[in-house]
Amino acid sequence: MLFKYEVEGGNFSKAGFASSEIKKILKQINIDAKIIKRIVVALYEGEVNVVAHATRGTVLADIDDKQIYIRIEDEGPGINDINLAMKEGYSTASEKVREMGFGAGMGLPNIKRNTDWLNLTSNVGEGTVLEMKTFF
Amino acid sequence: MKLNEVVELLDAKVITGADKLDKEVSFGFASDLLSDVLTIDSEYLLLLTGMANLQAIRTAEMAEVSCVAFVRDKKMTPEMIELASENGLVTIESSFSMFHAIAVLHDGGLKPVY
Ligand SMILES: Nc1ncnc2c1ncn2[C@@H]1O[C@H](COP(=O)(O)OP(=O)(O)OP(=O)(O)O)[C@@H](O)[C@H]1O
Ligand SMILES: [Mg+2]
Repeated sequence: MLFKYEVEGGNFSKAGFASSEIKKILKQINIDAKIIKRIVVALYEGEVNVVAHATRGTVLADIDDKQIYIRIEDEGPGINDINLAMKEGYSTASEKVREMGFGAGMGLPNIKRNTDWLNLTSNVGEGTVLEMKTFF
Repeated sequence: MKLNEVVELLDAKVITGADKLDKEVSFGFASDLLSDVLTIDSEYLLLLTGMANLQAIRTAEMAEVSCVAFVRDKKMTPEMIELASENGLVTIESSFSMFHAIAVLHDGGLKPVY
């Protein structure tokens, strides 16, 4: 099953829409609640990163009987040093993002912790692609 | 601790989920930083926060928080109330400071996450 959602950069009121929809779908197909939580926390962190750091993006989710594959692709500034971005505490979040309760540099490490496979690639000045898999 | 008791201890106003006040919470976590909340694994969790925005509700939804208590007299917006109702989330408002709220809940037996 394929699902696709648009994410708007800067629009915090819509951040979490895709995560919420995916959560409903996973519940419907009776995935274990603990696994659902891992998946939607990682997806939500990814969604918030697009809203916080990029201009626009898309979330693609592919669900089969064994796993969920999620691809979050955005247009934005990209990430210069991916190893540094993955470090706990590293953040370039703006004052506006911090006022919303984010920007602690914990999102990417938390995504890593909550997924079984993660791939982050980026072209500076163009955008970022975050892919993740979680097995059921 | 039953949510009923939380409401009583915090002298709180129930905003959404009034039909779920017989549910239990075992752990409390207090933060205005939503990034922090997303790293918590505990079930039966009560979140105390002064971050009254839509993302606090979204964060509670993803992190499977049982109840969100807004402290420091922070008021929920109509959009927050709508989303919390849709999600079946229990939300309450208290005029206590964060410290005051934590103190009474800790005395009442609510446990820290770590
Ligand atoms: N989609 C993205 N586009 C551009 N930069 C990004 C993107 N995702 C992450 N980054 C960069 O990597 C840094 C670390 O991301 P991470 O999610 O760990 O922390 P954060 O978003 O800054 O804060 P938090 O996730 O705790 O709210 C960001 O501050 C930003 O510099
Ligand atoms: Mg982040």
